[in-house]
Amino acid sequence: MTHRPYTPWLFLLPGLAVVLMFTMFPFLNMIVLAFTDADALGGGQFTGVDNFLRMTQDPKFWTAVRNSFLYLCGVVPPLVLLPLLLAMLVRRKVPGITFFRTAFFTPVIASAVVVGLIWTWLLDSRGLVNNVVETLGGTPIPFLTDSTLLLISAMLVTVWKGLGYYMIIYLAALANVPNDLHEAAQVDGAGPVRRFFSVTVPALRPTMVLVAALSAVNGFRVFAEIYLLSGGSGGPGGASTTLVMLIQQTGTGLTGEVGYASALSLILFIVTLGLLLITLRLNRKEDAL
Amino acid sequence: MKLLGRYVLLLGVFALTIGPFLWQLSTSLKGPGEDVYRPDFVPSDPTLANYAGVAEVVPVWTFAANSLLVALVNVVCNCLGAAMAGYALARLKFRGRRLAGLVFAASILVPFETILISLFLVMRSLGLTNTLTAVVLPGSIAALNVLLLRNAFLALPGEVEEAAIIDGANAWQRFVRIALPSVRGTLVVVALFSFMFSWDDFLWPLVVLSDPDKYTLTIGLAYLQGTFFQNQRLVAAGTIIAVAPLILLFLLLQKHFFRGVGEGALKG
Repeated sequence: MTHRPYTPWLFLLPGLAVVLMFTMFPFLNMIVLAFTDADALGGGQFTGVDNFLRMTQDPKFWTAVRNSFLYLCGVVPPLVLLPLLLAMLVRRKVPGITFFRTAFFTPVIASAVVVGLIWTWLLDSRGLVNNVVETLGGTPIPFLTDSTLLLISAMLVTVWKGLGYYMIIYLAALANVPNDLHEAAQVDGAGPVRRFFSVTVPALRPTMVLVAALSAVNGFRVFAEIYLLSGGSGGPGGASTTLVMLIQQTGTGLTGEVGYASALSLILFIVTLGLLLITLRLNRKEDAL
Repeated sequence: MKLLGRYVLLLGVFALTIGPFLWQLSTSLKGPGEDVYRPDFVPSDPTLANYAGVAEVVPVWTFAANSLLVALVNVVCNCLGAAMAGYALARLKFRGRRLAGLVFAASILVPFETILISLFLVMRSLGLTNTLTAVVLPGSIAALNVLLLRNAFLALPGEVEEAAIIDGANAWQRFVRIALPSVRGTLVVVALFSFMFSWDDFLWPLVVLSDPDKYTLTIGLAYLQGTFFQNQRLVAAGTIIAVAPLILLFLLLQKHFFRGVGEGALKG
C-alpha cells in the first residue's frame, strides 16, 4: 500500500466540496424548485407542473425562447464557416503570420462586457459605423433601438468575438489533414474551390460538428451581448430578451419568482442537453459511414 | 501575386478585428474640445484626462482591485485544488475513484446559467451575498480544470514515482515534489484561463453583488455605461482599463493561450 485509505479523499476534499456545494446541489435544488411556487424569500409550496403550464401562456417566455433559437440559428452558420476560411488563410507560414494569428485571437480574450461596450459605441446612432453609412449616402441604421436589428447586431458581436477561438480549433484540425489527399486531387485537375469541398470539408467534418455544437450551446445561452447592447433593458419593450436574460430578470431581486425562474432554468438545461445529444448522434453516424 | 492577395486579405481581417479596439482607445484619448463622433482615429490633441475622469465618477480603481483580487484567488485555488483532485484521480488507487471522476465529469454538463438562481440561494443561506467571497467560490475549483490536470497526471510515466515510493515518500510529498513540477505546462494553461474567466465574468457578479464598492470591473463598466453613457470618452477609458491587462498577458504568453484552446481549457 502506498498510501493510507483516506489519503485520496483528503486530496479530493476541496474539489469535491466546491463541485458538490456550488454545482451539484444547486442543480438538483433547481429541479426541485421548478415544481414549486418559491419566491424571493424562499419556501414555497409544491405546485406540480403549474410553472410549466404558466410558461405556455406567458408571451415573455415565447419571445425569449424564440430569440434564443433565432440567436442560435444566426450565429452557428457563420461560426462554422468563417473561422474555417480564416484558418485556411493563416495556415501557410508566410512572414508575419504569428502577428496576424495573435491579432485575430485578441477579441476572444476580451470580456463580453468590453466587447459589448466597444460595439455599443461603434453601432451608436451617430457612431462610427453609421458615419460610414452616411458617407456612402445611406441613412443611419437604428442598430440598437430596433428589436430585430439589436438581435442581429448582438449576433454580429458574438461572431466577431468567436472567430479567433474557432480559428485555432480549425488550425489544429487542418494540421491533421493528410497533404497527399490535396496533391492527388490537384493531379486530378481539381481547382481550389473543388478541393475545399471534396477534400478539406469531408476531412474536417467531425471538427465542424464540434464547432457547431459549441457555438450552438453558447449561442442559446447568450446574455452579456444583448444585455450590454440594450443597456440592460433587453431591447425596446423587452422584445430582444433571451432565455437567460428572462431567468435573470425573473429570478433575482426582491420580487424574484424563484420557482418560475427555476422552471425556466430547467427548460434551458433540457435544450442545451438536447443540442449536445444531437451532436453526439451526428458524430456517431460519421463513424458508422 | 497570390501572396499579395493573401496579405491584402490578412490586413482586411486585421482591420476588422483590431480596428474596434483602436477606435475605443482613440475615443478614450480625445479631449473635451474634440468631436468624438467624427471618424478620426488619431486624436487631434491626445489627453489622459479621461482616465483620471472616469475614476472621479465611479471608483474604477476599486473595481480593478476587486477584479484582480478575485482573479488571483481564483488562480491559486484552481491550480492547487484542481491539481490535488486530479492527482488523486490519476495516480492513487482507491474505492470510489470512478464515482468521484463521474461527479466532476457530470458537473461539466451543467451550464452555469441553469444554476444561477439556486446558487444565489445557496450564497444567501451562507450569508455571503454581496461579498467577493461569493464571487470567487463557485469557480474556485472548476471541474474542467480537475479533468485537464487528471489527464496531465495520467500521461506521466509510472516509473517516476516508483523510485520515490521506494524511498518512502508519502503521497503528498510525491504530489508536491514530483508530480506537480512535471505538469507545469498544464498548470500554466489552467492559471491563465482561470485568470481570464474570472476577470471576464459578468453574469454571476452581476447577480450576487449589489453594492458598487464591491463591484468587479465588468459590472462596474456596465454600471458606468448605465449612469454616464452621455460621456463616451469616460466609458472608453474604463473599457481600456479593463482590457489592457489581459491583452498584455496574452501578448506575453500567447503560446500557452493557443495550447489551452487545443486542450479544451476554454469553452468559448
